[in-house]
Amino acid sequence: MTEAAETTAAEVVDLASTPLRELNQRLHDLANGADGPRRWRILNPNGAHAVACGIDAEVEVEIEGHVGYYCAGMNKLATVRVHGNAGPGLAENITSGTVVVDGNASQSAGATGRGGLLVVHGDAAARCGISMKGVDIVVRGSVGHLSGFMAQTGRLVVCGDAGESLGDSIYEARVYVRGEASELGADCVEKELRDEHRAELAELLLQAGIDDLDPSDFRRYGSARRLYNFHVDNAGAY
Amino acid sequence: MCGIVGLFAKSTEVEERLGEHLAAMLAQMSDRGPDSAGVAVYRDPAPSGASKLTLFSSDPLQDWDALAADLRNAFGGAPEAGVRASHAVFVVDAEASEAEAWIRTAHPELRVMSAGQTIEIYKETGRPEEFIRQFSLGDFHGTHALGHTRMATESRVTTAGSHPFSTGLDVCLVHNGSLSNHNRLREELRRQGIEFQTENDTEVAAGYLAWRLREGASLEQALEGCLDDLDGFYTFLVGTADGFAVLRDPIACKPAVLAETDEWVAMASEWRAIAVLPGAAAARAWEPAPGVVYAWERQKV
Amino acid sequence: MATMDSHNPWSLRESYLYDRTVIAEIQRAAREGIYDIRGFGAKRRVPHFDDLLFLGASISRYPLEGYRERCDTDVTLGTRFAKKPLELKIPVTIAGMSFGALSAPAKEALGRGASEVGTSTTTGDGGMTPEEREHSKILVYQVLPSRYGMNPDDLRRADAIEIVVGQGAKPGGGGMLLGHKISDRVAEMRSLPRGIDQRSASRHPDWTGPDDLEIKIGELREITDWEKPVFVKIGATRTYYDVQLAVKAGADAIVLDGMQGGTAATQDVFIEHVGIPTLPAVRIASDALQELGMHRQVQLIVSGGIRTGADVAKALALGADAVSIGTAALIAMGDNSPELEEEYAKIGSAAGFYDDWQAGRDPAGISTQDDELAARFDPLLGGRRIANYLRVLTLEAQTLARACGKSHVHNLEPEDLVALTVEAAAMARVPLAGTSWIPGVDNQA
Repeated sequence: MTEAAETTAAEVVDLASTPLRELNQRLHDLANGADGPRRWRILNPNGAHAVACGIDAEVEVEIEGHVGYYCAGMNKLATVRVHGNAGPGLAENITSGTVVVDGNASQSAGATGRGGLLVVHGDAAARCGISMKGVDIVVRGSVGHLSGFMAQTGRLVVCGDAGESLGDSIYEARVYVRGEASELGADCVEKELRDEHRAELAELLLQAGIDDLDPSDFRRYGSARRLYNFHVDNAGAY
Repeated sequence: MCGIVGLFAKSTEVEERLGEHLAAMLAQMSDRGPDSAGVAVYRDPAPSGASKLTLFSSDPLQDWDALAADLRNAFGGAPEAGVRASHAVFVVDAEASEAEAWIRTAHPELRVMSAGQTIEIYKETGRPEEFIRQFSLGDFHGTHALGHTRMATESRVTTAGSHPFSTGLDVCLVHNGSLSNHNRLREELRRQGIEFQTENDTEVAAGYLAWRLREGASLEQALEGCLDDLDGFYTFLVGTADGFAVLRDPIACKPAVLAETDEWVAMASEWRAIAVLPGAAAARAWEPAPGVVYAWERQKV
Repeated sequence: MATMDSHNPWSLRESYLYDRTVIAEIQRAAREGIYDIRGFGAKRRVPHFDDLLFLGASISRYPLEGYRERCDTDVTLGTRFAKKPLELKIPVTIAGMSFGALSAPAKEALGRGASEVGTSTTTGDGGMTPEEREHSKILVYQVLPSRYGMNPDDLRRADAIEIVVGQGAKPGGGGMLLGHKISDRVAEMRSLPRGIDQRSASRHPDWTGPDDLEIKIGELREITDWEKPVFVKIGATRTYYDVQLAVKAGADAIVLDGMQGGTAATQDVFIEHVGIPTLPAVRIASDALQELGMHRQVQLIVSGGIRTGADVAKALALGADAVSIGTAALIAMGDNSPELEEEYAKIGSAAGFYDDWQAGRDPAGISTQDDELAARFDPLLGGRRIANYLRVLTLEAQTLARACGKSHVHNLEPEDLVALTVEAAAMARVPLAGTSWIPGVDNQA
């Protein structure tokens, strides 16, 4: 990006007067290298749903206020920042790019995400990272119950506490928790935190802009792999 | 399924414009609930020894003044009909249970929507915007109020099937979700003397709360009983004379947002219903944890 | 005392409750400690379209001439909200079946055949393969609870989106794929380790309930710029409410799968004991749409035991806009063919009985991920078979429609039908043949 482009003012869209459809269409039209503003500022989301969803371009979007469901859903390449709270399904199915929320995220944050990075500076609620398929999620606060449920691959970092049934039915995703993990889900066990994990954590925390936490203070959780193939003796876990 | 809203005033300003705020919140929940709408407003307490009833008539030519005269003959005093669309509120010179019993016998064609000291329940089929207009929701003042917009899941769209359901004097319930063991529970509650008028699952939850309260449980205990005795998915908002309470089931798939400022406490299914309130942008907002009762009560002077 | 004489019929009476098949299953369960998982749909007999008959033309009604007088079969799906609804030449589509459940050449054949006659195929619980997109002119992309393979690029490449709430074989259950079918390619598409038994979610990860479904549909529309129809697929259970809720949630079309619908793998008890048959489901759904004033505006696609053009015509008569085939398509391509009798014998089965689609050892090369077996399946030949079969379904339906005097198959209506049994009469709400009696409906004078 040229210097001239970097100092260009952001394109401002006020959702109090602009239909959401128009905003999303303009953001979608930036795909495949099309011309258009690279920086956007969205005002007055007022809890609207599907704000900035389906972007497929290297753009920066700042959203001033609280958003409803599915903000930045299926995000590709874009950097989306929410200066407020987010409703359920934040960045669901994200494939690349970065989504950052200053406040709290409601349930199913990063659900089924395939890549990219999701950062929540507040708390995330239940089912954070449910069915994740490669996304990295870093939560500064705590996460609710059933977080990492059926998490297939990717990394979930929780700087606060994790609610009940963490990593229930987890596959190969790696989960790091600094606070309390009050109750682990089926087939989720604590694992040894080795140097390579500390390095991985350090990298993730750095990407999330968190520089005041020591990776050694985290514990690692992952799959015991006992449920990978059905055995009748494990029937109680199902 | 549905949208729920609740507003608890902490300042006189908000009390005076309670209906206006509630209407704005309710309108935001129209998409979630296009079939019918209802509110419970808590205001204008009836004097000691008297009680307040909200009555519904399906007859558009209902003679409410004649009913007022009937009530005067039965109980004395000077009851006047406060009419809004198909509903009318009466302050009756008798205890609520007595007044309610009289209505059921003398006027079985009328439905008692609510009874108590301060509660008024209005509910009707049709889109929420229509409801707001028909009932002049913007006019209300009050201490606190609950609202509901309904997308009927497994029962018919009727006035009686709309929420809030009143479960006892000054107590009501709105629900977002779907219960799965309500049919058998309804039969058990019937055996305990609770009456039901619809096939609605929420009515069963309301009946369950009424039963527990009747048997001496506190509101908190009754709500905690729900966690053991009700099966299914629910976000409940319960209104009482003094305030309201929120409970989500342990699985907590149905949404709920809480927010608080110095002026108000609000609850809604989605943030956008709270976003319309003054000062919302700076409010403390959080999500209630599953299986935990959150309650707000006015200080009793 | 009676002798233990094996030729005495009295001593060889079989129990209805505990016949040999039940005995075998109980003893297998006792040996293995796991429920029986199989493919295919419900095998037991339930009331179906066979119990209905058409009232062909006579003196009061006049038929159309074949060939010369048109009986049209085109259908448009997704007229409610989408900018680009699907225009199909025939009212028969290919139902959602995953790559993973089926081999790659089998999916290719479905695409080739469907495209040749101008209809759609549907992806399944594994995502979209490039072959399928390439060979299928009209492709419906399923959004399932698992979200295996789900990505926005494929979403945008699809012609329609189908949110799967459930399927007829297992309403309330999730997908299932056993370890021997999780090949390298399948594992990669689904982001799973190779060779594990895929566990599945039965609820969607980011929404529960019709109020939140509405918001989810809104998101998918926003992502795809309102271009593509959004279908909602349900297994038939509380169909009346489900249809109304799907409409309220904003569906463009409803895909309704009766309990006879097939699956690649699930528990036998699930297949046989959950859901209502397709016959009552169609009628209920159609009536529910009419009550909302949305019949033909929100299209109804019905599946679960569609085998012949008669089934197609009857489903349409009861109110469907189109039907979908799954099991029948696989059979058309060679599943359970007598030509493979020896092969089936080797794996403990027989042609006409094979339902172990979950095992991945299909000698026809259809429901397998084994490269050698899959290589036996010729996708070009398979495509021709599918095209032929779809043509026959259409011609048969047209024949029946013409006999009832219809210039478009959509003009078939319930009054063209009578029932052979009391159950079918009650379920389809058409009179018992020779009477004016519809059980459960007040008789009109």
